[in-house]
Amino acid sequence: MNVTLRVWKQPAPNQPGRFESYPAKDIPAEASFLEMLDIVNNQLESEGKEPIAFDSDCREGICGTCGIVIDGRPHGPGKAITTCQLYMRAFNEGDTITLEPWRAKAFPVLKDLVVDRAAFDRVIQAGGYISINTGNACDANALPVAKLDSDRAMDAAACIGCGACVAACKNASAMLFVSAKVSHLALLPQGQPERRTRVVAMIEQMDKEGFGNCTNESECEAECPKEISVANIARLNREFLLAKLLT
Amino acid sequence: MELRSNVPDGPIEKKWDSHRFNLKLVNPANKRKHTVIVVGTGLAGASAAASMAELGYHVLNFTHNDSARRAHSIAAQGGINAAKNYQNDGDSVWRLFYDTVKGGDYRSREANVYRLAQVSANIIDQCVAQGVPFAREYGGLLSNRSFGGAQVSRTFYARGQTGQQLLLGAYQALMRQVHAKKVKLFTRHEMLDVILVDGQARGIVTRDMVSGKVESWTADAVVLATGGYGNVFFLSTNAMNCNVTAAWRAHRRGACFANPCYTQIHPTCIPVKGEYQSKLTLMSESLRNDGRVWVPKEKAVSEAIRKNQKSPNDVPDDGRDYFLERRYPSFGNLVPRDVASRNAKMVCDEGRGVAVSGLGVYLDFRDAIKRDGLDVIKEKYGNLFDMYHEITNESGYERPMMIYPAVHYTMGGLWVDYNLMSNVPGLFVLGEANFSDHGANRLGASALMQGLADGYFVIPYTIGGYLASNKAAKVGNDHAAVKDAMAGVNARVDKLLAAKGKRPVDHFHRELGKMMWEKCGMARNEAGLKEALAEIPKLREEFQRDVNVPGSASSLNQALERAGRVADFIDLGELMVRDALERRESCGGHFREESQTEEGEAKRDDENFCHVAAWEWKGDGQAQTLHKEPLTFENVKLTQRSYK
Repeated sequence: MNVTLRVWKQPAPNQPGRFESYPAKDIPAEASFLEMLDIVNNQLESEGKEPIAFDSDCREGICGTCGIVIDGRPHGPGKAITTCQLYMRAFNEGDTITLEPWRAKAFPVLKDLVVDRAAFDRVIQAGGYISINTGNACDANALPVAKLDSDRAMDAAACIGCGACVAACKNASAMLFVSAKVSHLALLPQGQPERRTRVVAMIEQMDKEGFGNCTNESECEAECPKEISVANIARLNREFLLAKLLT
Repeated sequence: MELRSNVPDGPIEKKWDSHRFNLKLVNPANKRKHTVIVVGTGLAGASAAASMAELGYHVLNFTHNDSARRAHSIAAQGGINAAKNYQNDGDSVWRLFYDTVKGGDYRSREANVYRLAQVSANIIDQCVAQGVPFAREYGGLLSNRSFGGAQVSRTFYARGQTGQQLLLGAYQALMRQVHAKKVKLFTRHEMLDVILVDGQARGIVTRDMVSGKVESWTADAVVLATGGYGNVFFLSTNAMNCNVTAAWRAHRRGACFANPCYTQIHPTCIPVKGEYQSKLTLMSESLRNDGRVWVPKEKAVSEAIRKNQKSPNDVPDDGRDYFLERRYPSFGNLVPRDVASRNAKMVCDEGRGVAVSGLGVYLDFRDAIKRDGLDVIKEKYGNLFDMYHEITNESGYERPMMIYPAVHYTMGGLWVDYNLMSNVPGLFVLGEANFSDHGANRLGASALMQGLADGYFVIPYTIGGYLASNKAAKVGNDHAAVKDAMAGVNARVDKLLAAKGKRPVDHFHRELGKMMWEKCGMARNEAGLKEALAEIPKLREEFQRDVNVPGSASSLNQALERAGRVADFIDLGELMVRDALERRESCGGHFREESQTEEGEAKRDDENFCHVAAWEWKGDGQAQTLHKEPLTFENVKLTQRSYK
């Protein structure tokens, strides 16, 4: 199939960007979206032209590296998928497809479709862990965890940190991401000792990074490739309020 | 050169304890004076960096990913083994040790494997304490499953995302140390050389992948946890950016590369569709618990299916060859990975394969659905069926799934001793990047175990032993060796950019991959290997002349990153072929066609090949020298594996 790409091209972080058009010709419909970009890039490279820069790694939807806003939607059309899990059969012959990077103040563009998501790491650094040194642990079965709690913790822990929630939100809020980690750890008995300090520290860091606030419109949940529920945001608010009241 | 494994004396169950006691200690107040470089943030790298920082060492940690959380360990689905015996089904440290040595087809070092089994239980404790949400029973205790043909239930898992959850545990431990300023983390930094001073590893050279800046870093020791080299085959289940460059650069500086031809081929991957394909996707091998593997008995039927003139559902039972059940009646579809893979290749080579390319076999759930009902199968494997549907646009419930083996893991890697130190003093290698624990074949759910064992429970001890007994002076960035390494890296980058030929990097990578898969894959023979050995230098020459790497060195340049990696893959490929040629036996993950039993099964040759093949770099254009570390088995009796 043949499609036309309208791609955000930006040479470096502090330089202006603009859309450029690229033809994508003779693309097999079974190819994935990123394989289509590989084909276009290989063609560009053999002509000595700079390829379109984009991030991807595992190409099976788990590492969270890839992320392109495709026709206005983070990770493109389709539910519960990452960009690497999108296939060309989702498009029609002759389509013009628009490709943009995640757009958020806290995720500066590094080049073309590549953004810097280090802000997420810094939010985790602020408290998204259980403080236990290697060797300190007691026997794994010494502390039973109700299956329901464990399953809910796993639902939240499934977040891949791709940032689609931020890209989908008109406020560029990171609440879904932060709430997923806060929920994961708050639901487990091991996470209790730092439960109050953790949520406050992570929220402070989130604000410092320049992410916006949540206005409860759930675009994040709709675009989340792992279908992380906004119920986690409700839990985050509750945890934050309690922490502020009780400490 | 003599390769000293430094395995301690004494009975195997006492070795690690007595070694830990005998290792010298670094005084707590002195630990902060030592800087350790860790390259990689996967299970091995992140756990090592965090654990060493907790002890008080000053750690510099590097990853080429944009975040430490994205290392490829994240993609592991199945689980992690541990000898907890929570199920009361007869598991023990000894049994896990025994199974791993046997599964590795007697090509691993006994003492290392025993230690791995010993610390396996501590790993689970540590991960649970970190908040890893392993699957649990209603009583609140941990759940286990049997995995990869094991006779006991010792595998711990977190849905189909065990690697992800374990990695996030290690990543969070690492982030805590970054916050405490004990670890300095550098993301989007690619290691391009090791710096040696007086024969010791004292630093690395990196390229900042955003600014293009080439920098040097010095330390008292260097730890490589840089993963495997499966991408030498271009198509593999590895992530796009997995590469051998860090390990290969260390090899070029003198670290021996051990058993490079040992690669693991995973039987249940989605078959290749076309030339454009960028990677292969693995489906959990748990599917083989209920799916039946078959191809048509008649070549003509396969042909008709390939041409879409016939549906597999119309092939009657007596026209189907359930080849694993036929050949291995006692294990059936649950034979180990290498056996399942080899047999799939064999029936496809006979022209009975079914995918459009002819390289595919069926994994059929028809009978399981009939027996257990669609709901039960959906509940067990729903996510895998969804994934299959998403990729192939076909429903595995209505039409048998198609699978074909793909490269998944590499057992070979840099040679290390019992302390996980390479033959270059001060250069340690952990996880998939080393060669040590899996022999010629890795069992399911063992990779995660090894990565975390090395990082949490081995290197924190052995690094101390090295640092305490090594009193070398600090090395500054103005040292001649540092400048020399920097100049080498810059020259290499410039050379790649200067070629300005006509072909993209991927072209050469694909060509190399095809050659490696055909000549040095699941099955190899002397003639094919010799052909590959003659062709690879031509490919290298063509690459140097005709590659086109657009853009500059001083900005984010993904073509340049790939070019450097492919150049190293070409050199590695040549060594793999040389190693495969030398190993004239079938064992574990590979089948040497000249070495088979009358029934066509793999035939090991313990008399001549019960050793580790460790290759020493001799310079560009020179063949590496082979050193052999003999393997002795005092605790597990060598037997020919049989799954009949």
